[in-house]
Amino acid sequence: MIDMVVIPVFKMLVVITAVLSAVAYMVLLERKVQAWVQVRLGPMRVGPHGVLQPIADVLKLITKEDVRPASADRFLFTLAPILVVVPALIVFAVVPFGTSTTMFGKEISLYITDLDIGLLYIVSVASIGLYGLILGGWASNSKYPLLSSLRASAQIVSYEVAVTMTLVSLIVTAGSLSLVEIVKAQEAHGVWYVFIQPVAFVIFVIGALAETNRAPFDLPEAEQELVGGFHTEYSGMRFALFFLAEYTNMIVVSAVGVTMFLGGWLAPFSSVSWLAWLGLVPGWVWFSLKTFLLLSLFLWIRATLPRYRYDQLMRLGWKVLIPLALVNLAVSAVLKVLL
Amino acid sequence: MTTNRDTATSAFDTDELVINMGPQHPSTHGVLRLVLRLDGERVIDMDVVIGYLHRGVEKLTEQRDYTQIVLLTDRMDYVAAASNNLGYVETVEKLMSLEVPKRAQYIRTVLAELQRIASHLVWLGTHAMDIGAVTVFLYCLRERELVLDLFEEYCGARLTYNAMRVGGLPMDLSTGWEAKVRAFCDLLPGKIDDYETLLTNNRIWLERTKDVGVISGADATAIGLTGPALRASGVRRDVRKDEPYAAYKDFDFEVPLGTRGDTYDRYTVRLIEMRQSVRIVQQALDGMPDGPVMGKVPRLIKPPAGETYHAIESPKGELGYFIVSDGQSLSPYRLRVRPPSLCNLQALPQLARGHLVADVVALIGTIDIVLGEVDR
Repeated sequence: MIDMVVIPVFKMLVVITAVLSAVAYMVLLERKVQAWVQVRLGPMRVGPHGVLQPIADVLKLITKEDVRPASADRFLFTLAPILVVVPALIVFAVVPFGTSTTMFGKEISLYITDLDIGLLYIVSVASIGLYGLILGGWASNSKYPLLSSLRASAQIVSYEVAVTMTLVSLIVTAGSLSLVEIVKAQEAHGVWYVFIQPVAFVIFVIGALAETNRAPFDLPEAEQELVGGFHTEYSGMRFALFFLAEYTNMIVVSAVGVTMFLGGWLAPFSSVSWLAWLGLVPGWVWFSLKTFLLLSLFLWIRATLPRYRYDQLMRLGWKVLIPLALVNLAVSAVLKVLL
Repeated sequence: MTTNRDTATSAFDTDELVINMGPQHPSTHGVLRLVLRLDGERVIDMDVVIGYLHRGVEKLTEQRDYTQIVLLTDRMDYVAAASNNLGYVETVEKLMSLEVPKRAQYIRTVLAELQRIASHLVWLGTHAMDIGAVTVFLYCLRERELVLDLFEEYCGARLTYNAMRVGGLPMDLSTGWEAKVRAFCDLLPGKIDDYETLLTNNRIWLERTKDVGVISGADATAIGLTGPALRASGVRRDVRKDEPYAAYKDFDFEVPLGTRGDTYDRYTVRLIEMRQSVRIVQQALDGMPDGPVMGKVPRLIKPPAGETYHAIESPKGELGYFIVSDGQSLSPYRLRVRPPSLCNLQALPQLARGHLVADVVALIGTIDIVLGEVDR
């Protein structure tokens, strides 16, 4: 009973709470980082240095009037934000935050489940979110959201191909689809896969930016062109769900990137003897730290670069990244057989 | 190409999409309305709808005396008020054949060039922000703030300066002002280098601006483009050089020219212009003569009957004033402005045809319009 129900439910609660509060503070961090780059202060009013800003934001969004355009499709308009946010959250079911820990005399693994097809699960579940974007833009019955949801779907589909290809070449290297096994394989190799598969890592990061609609690929919500993007007609909590999904997706791709390329919960410099004390730090701390670093990279890029144009984005995806990812996959496969 | 498109249209029963961009839109720089006809995301044609900011400035001038009109010119191109003041007072001086003291001429030149820097900074910031580089916008406004501080110290206002009078200037420079201008001139080139680090060789910036909105020199002349937008197409026309006004003939400066006439050329031309403006300001400060700042002007400004046209090089292009005086009243019989923003806006549909929606915002930015001047 305890093993089957209580522990998994408890773990789910912990993960969802952690992810949601991470998202809230991710928004604050983004605003702060951008402000620092742009010689501003960022949010300063709510709490010291604005640390309570996310709470104020959430309160505002919850209490806001929920406006639905008269011409919108009622059912789909309501369904779209849910379709976007749920897949983003359930991906965390297979992300390993660490190996295991002992609590109340019980051995508890630091992941909700270890699927044999974990990576396939992530790739397929993440694609469902796309329907939310398309439906959201279409159900609003408005021109700007429609244009941007078309952009979003084309962009996500094309970059998903490239990202999935890089993941496949990692599967070849690791010989497993389970995320826990992939991290363990990195431990066994004694080296993180970012050093074995640098090309795949670069493609993954670019693709991750594009898949999460982040700058410089934030075309679907380019406020200078399409005003707000697919969520132009949304307000209140429904809008908040789109927002939540976007930041959750950022955390998802960072977490997946850390697991696949940066050794997940492994401590760095494990082979250097005088740095062996780094191994005393719990694995989930390393995992969070690495995820945080990858997320900071996202924010830094957003504050620095202009935005790509739609056709250029497609060209980069189909003519550069996908061929490169395919070659990388072929080379990894050949090397795997030869070595 | 056309035939392919036609067959595709009939096979899939596609329709043109007509969307309204503006007047409430984040990147139409005020209240400009564009009615875009799109094929997918490609612009087939557009209508430019203006008039949302019309305040009847030209008609108002017929009820105001010549000194009061300076204040109205502030409200046209409100990011370059000093240039508008300069164009107007010089036109009245020309109509009345007034002598303006040399010191006033020099100070006017300094103010006009500082204004050019401020206006170009606003342009660069908003243009970069339209293309997605938000950080550049805040950096540019940070430096523009320094120019505004200089203007504030000179005339007390930060946006609508009312900084010039017919026959000279309302006041002399305060002590220490020149030193502050010099400090700013030393600072700015390094800051422009910073913007260039973020943009000039950035691959995304190059892809977004190169070969976007190309206009040939002949087309640009035919449509009436002036200012940096014309010079980027390789046409050498700068009122400061061709028909020197204020004190420009005393200074040595270059007029940058583009070769291709695309958005990237218009960007580089304006950046070089800012650097040249710094040179002009420094030379003007070095050679600043002593003397009064106000010439001999009659108590009542009542120009003799007649008409005249006078143009200056405002940051956006050729800013001309045409004044008709009946010799009787204290107000112009007719005052007509040739606003560079309005004339440059004529080129937008031609620039945008065949490009994507994303380019339209880049093109609105590149022709550098201010709606206060378009509508007056």
